[in-house]
Amino acid sequence: MTVNGGRSASAEANATAATSPGRLSLERTERGLVLAVSGHWTLPHFAALRRAVDQLKQEPPPAALDFAGLADLDTAGAALLAALLGRERLRALSTTAPGLSGERRALLLAVGEAPTETAARPARRENTIIELLARIGRAIIELLARIGRAMETVWRQIVTLLGFMGLVLATLLRTLPRPRRWRLTSLVSQIEQTGLNAVPIVALLTFMVGAVVAFLGATVLNNFGASIYTVDLVAYSFMREFGVLLTAIMLAGRTASAFTAQLGSMKANQELDALRVQGLDPIEMLVLPRILALMITLPMLTFLAVLCGLIGGGAVAVLSLDIPTTRFFDIVSEVPLRHYLVGLSKAPFFAFLIGLIGCLEGFKAGASAESVGNHTTSSVVQSIFVVILLDALAAMFFMEMGW
Amino acid sequence: MNARGEPIIEVRGLVNRFGDHVVHDGLDLELYRGEILGVVGGSGTGKSVLLRSIIGLQRPAAGTVRLFGEDLHALPPHQRARLERRCGVLFQNGALFSSLTVIENIALPLIEHAGLSRADAEYLAGVKLALAGLPAEAGDRYPSELSGGMIKRAALARALALDPALLFLDEPTAGLDPISAAAFDQLLLTLRAAFGLTVFMVTHDLDTLYTTCDRVAVLSRKRVLVAGPLDTVAATDDAWVQEYFHGPRGRAAQSAARST
Repeated sequence: MTVNGGRSASAEANATAATSPGRLSLERTERGLVLAVSGHWTLPHFAALRRAVDQLKQEPPPAALDFAGLADLDTAGAALLAALLGRERLRALSTTAPGLSGERRALLLAVGEAPTETAARPARRENTIIELLARIGRAIIELLARIGRAMETVWRQIVTLLGFMGLVLATLLRTLPRPRRWRLTSLVSQIEQTGLNAVPIVALLTFMVGAVVAFLGATVLNNFGASIYTVDLVAYSFMREFGVLLTAIMLAGRTASAFTAQLGSMKANQELDALRVQGLDPIEMLVLPRILALMITLPMLTFLAVLCGLIGGGAVAVLSLDIPTTRFFDIVSEVPLRHYLVGLSKAPFFAFLIGLIGCLEGFKAGASAESVGNHTTSSVVQSIFVVILLDALAAMFFMEMGW
Repeated sequence: MNARGEPIIEVRGLVNRFGDHVVHDGLDLELYRGEILGVVGGSGTGKSVLLRSIIGLQRPAAGTVRLFGEDLHALPPHQRARLERRCGVLFQNGALFSSLTVIENIALPLIEHAGLSRADAEYLAGVKLALAGLPAEAGDRYPSELSGGMIKRAALARALALDPALLFLDEPTAGLDPISAAAFDQLLLTLRAAFGLTVFMVTHDLDTLYTTCDRVAVLSRKRVLVAGPLDTVAATDDAWVQEYFHGPRGRAAQSAARST
């Protein structure tokens, strides 16, 4: 059979797996023990072939080989034969073996030459009581170790974040007096991506939350005959808290993840290294425009969010609670301005932290797709956490100050 | 070895364009069983696009591509998958799965297509890894921890995992040191001798061309300018071909090939 013919037969075997697995038989002849290899030694039959080889492992090694019945051979079959016979014996015996074409011999030897180590499987442990106790002990230690490692990670994370914050602020201060190095194009493009493109989703979401808060207020306050205060509830909550908080959480999910993925894949592609070797500062070129854009857009989006929340609450008040439109506007205009300013004053801080965490996680990502994914997740979780934590601290601060 | 018969790859009147940019315009090419074809051409002549068209990653704007006598785009999915299983592809940058170790990368097609158990698949993957010239320790590492040359070899091991009848190589020796590149050439010849493996290789490595290729196809002016044995191609009266084969590097590779 020609090699080409053999290959096409094997290709058919791959397609249909209709051929039968190859066989090994050990015969005692006047030449000593002869190992006859026959049939199809190909990948589709690997499991059966391996069983055949395993059975012969205990037998004494053959003195000669006979390949007369061999129909087909590929690297899978060759690997098994090479493992059975060993490199030296394979090289010695295959020269004289009948039925082995030069090409197949070359394949056998090539596979045999390739040094492979099969990893030794760890032996099964005995299941005694002591062993069981030891395992429980190890599990407890492992648990404690995990907690310890997690705490250490959190601590290191805080230190890195503070360091990165300092780096960004220092770069910002260095860049500010030199208008030539302001990346205006990049900044405007980032404002479009993080701000303008987020307008529809922020508007829709806050409108709906405004309506929900109004319904909630109407249900609760109705019991006291005070459903007119629904408008106050919506106005105060959106100006002080919900407007900025909802927008910040939205941008943490939408923009922090985008920053991490962008910078992470740039890092994986060595683009950050390329910037550095050209003497360009990635912080100045990539991080500053992103963070500044976010600090500009988040207050603007917060204004939009407050507006839409009020419209949502107003729609419910007017349409469902029969509060006249003029009365609604009267109540809203009586809310002191400082509540709105208190809410708005938090926006730049939230924006700074969201941008910072998004960019930092991007820089920390490794070269694999999985790592970029992990760090994107981490950046969203962290930025939402930080936003809510800061908001809680700010709420306490403003209350103590009586603002 | 090169008995002409039905071609394994048959490209007729291939047209590829990206927007207004025409890459191929009426390209014809065939590849016969057991043959190693080297595809050369200047940068931007569409060598990689041709490879992508043949393996069905790029739907041509016009013309037909027949693989094992079948048109990939006209086949139902399961038959298409069966054909694709008979092809191994080594991508230019390796394209190893970054979330799997090297051994898992190679074992994946063995588990998915050949239905082997995990232990068997990893054993065979170890054999392929060694065949491709990587040490066993490299198997437990992730692609991001490997050097460029090691990624190439690991990707070759994955391309060979299912013992394909047809192997596509995109710049296989680029980024390898000369010793590894020479070993790669020998490996290719051994595999071809053992299986009658058919190889479609995009390469710029003149040494590889002289050592391994039976035929060379030159891509130029949006089609195959000339395809044939090296001597015929090198004698073609074309400025680029002359520069390519008879420039200083071409002459060095030629004399090296003659002397061995």
